[in-house]
Amino acid sequence: MTRDRLHADAVTLGYGERIIAHDLSVSIPDGSFTIIVGPNACGKSTLLRALSRLLPPSRGDVILDGGSIGRLPAREVARRLGLLPQSSIAPDGISVADLVARGRYPHQSMFRQWSPADRDAVAAAMMSTGIADLADRPVDELSGGQRQRVWIAMVLAQQTPILLLDEPTTFLDIAHQIELMDLLADINSAGRTVVAVLHDLNHACRYATHLIAMREGAVVAEGRPERIVSEALIERVFGLACAIIADPVTGTPLIVPRRRRPSGGGSGDARPRGDPARRPAGGSAESIFQLKDEDQP
Amino acid sequence: MSAPPDLARGVLVIRPLGWLTGGRISMRLSRRTLIACMGMGTASLVLMLMSLVSGDYGLPFSEVARALSGRGDGMAGMIVLEWRLPRALLALLLGAALGVSGAIFQSLTRNPLGSPDIIGFSAGAHTGALVVMLIFSGGYYETAVGALGGGIATAVAVYALTWRQGVDGFRLIVVGIGIAAMLSAANVWMIRKAELQVAMSAAMWAAGSLNGLGLDRLLPAALALALLMPAALMLARPLRQLELGDDAAMASGVSPERVRVCLALVGVALVALVTAAAGPIGFIALAAPQLARRLVRSAGVALVPSALMGGLLLIASDWAAQHAFGFQLPVGVMTFNVGGLYFIWLLVSEARK
Repeated sequence: MTRDRLHADAVTLGYGERIIAHDLSVSIPDGSFTIIVGPNACGKSTLLRALSRLLPPSRGDVILDGGSIGRLPAREVARRLGLLPQSSIAPDGISVADLVARGRYPHQSMFRQWSPADRDAVAAAMMSTGIADLADRPVDELSGGQRQRVWIAMVLAQQTPILLLDEPTTFLDIAHQIELMDLLADINSAGRTVVAVLHDLNHACRYATHLIAMREGAVVAEGRPERIVSEALIERVFGLACAIIADPVTGTPLIVPRRRRPSGGGSGDARPRGDPARRPAGGSAESIFQLKDEDQP
Repeated sequence: MSAPPDLARGVLVIRPLGWLTGGRISMRLSRRTLIACMGMGTASLVLMLMSLVSGDYGLPFSEVARALSGRGDGMAGMIVLEWRLPRALLALLLGAALGVSGAIFQSLTRNPLGSPDIIGFSAGAHTGALVVMLIFSGGYYETAVGALGGGIATAVAVYALTWRQGVDGFRLIVVGIGIAAMLSAANVWMIRKAELQVAMSAAMWAAGSLNGLGLDRLLPAALALALLMPAALMLARPLRQLELGDDAAMASGVSPERVRVCLALVGVALVALVTAAAGPIGFIALAAPQLARRLVRSAGVALVPSALMGGLLLIASDWAAQHAFGFQLPVGVMTFNVGGLYFIWLLVSEARK
């Protein structure tokens, strides 16, 4: 069996003294749409940082095309593997076209700052993300959904065969989330390997061709969502009791949370998605359901 | 499907000597940037000519032109070529150095206040230079080394005091303001403690002035700039990429820490160069990058427009300091006053955000 282009071999990951993952091995199938899920602080974003060379493992190695990713020249890695980090900063007043053009950095040099290939890549990236009409608009004036598409266009313009995204749908409303997931699926079927860390389990099950479920720095299960997602797995990974039905639209597994466990107290930890620090809970649909839940006998 | 020539309006792609280089040299910039840069260059040239013409010893333009072409008579030739021209060129070069240094630190801190004269690097260079002048009675080159050492030591101190698992731009500015205040106090104290003769010349120098600076100052400064400016330009692309955040920059192949250290060294060296040549000239580094940014409407601060704006501001300030009041002022006094107004405006407009 030939090995995949990108894999992590027995890596230990952490920040300083704090170990997040120990002896973790993960392989990203070539051409897949891989989605990594898991509860908060399970190490999924840390794994993505390691896969993208941002975090060197303290032990083990991340391998890209047969070589250690830390020993490849940075520019060479950046031509093969693109990353959309969780927080990127748009410089004040930058236009859409200029921001997308920044993705061409690893293909440019001090003297050759703009080639026909750059122009074509930027144009293609903006068209496939549907932002060509916004080219001259300042990025600060765009809506959240448009802005996220601009960032994705920037990474697309980098023209890497592998694309990593850290929680690309955070801060987007449901319609824009679906729109973005559809876009990523298109990018994947156009031939790129796409890896995303995601909070929403149902989106993950619907779009992933390869699902990786993590808990406490370890992979609990991986494979096609239809094959691995079960009530037992969700219970094990998230501590959440649920029923699983077939998604009426796509036939993929759809996770329906049961009411909170009696022992769960009032913290609401069992909710499948949402980082309480980032998503203010006040007035959300979830709290309405909880009230109903408690009313029932 | 063929792509349109360029998706953004008002953008030019320049391939100098395309027939010779086969398009290996190319850049992309907005038409507005090009026009603004040419405008700033032209204005600088006009101001330079004005500086050559005006002065106590009145010289008509024809006389100046003859002197410049090397056919002037003795007195006019000496005044133009040995006094006025080196001074004007120094103003342009030192102003450009300050503009680039300011742009580097404002971009690194992502804050229009993060310029070397606010965050203490200029004060540090000043302290280093004073130590050399007063204690070791050093000359121009020793002073330059002292200024460089003082600037680097201050940068290291500010950076170290700011460090908490990474450096936050705003905290760096606050720490830098504190260090700058302490260093300024030390500078005043050093001048007070020095012998009268030395203290007088040090105090004159400390006002920041181009008075009486000639070829002997211009040539070394120009040589140092010939090294530092290309270094800054080589780092301009990674600097721009860093504006996207460390993660995004790293993912596109930049090594953030290495680039930052190199940029900080170049930025401090530029300030030290100016301090050694003309004394501390304040506020050009603060104002030039932001004024240039507003003029060219660039995303973030850009080095080349900042350099042109810095040169323009300093030569304009120097001309005004020499000729606007009927008596000569040190240009540092001029830039401090004009810059002070800009600083107030900046604080007010930032506070409104």
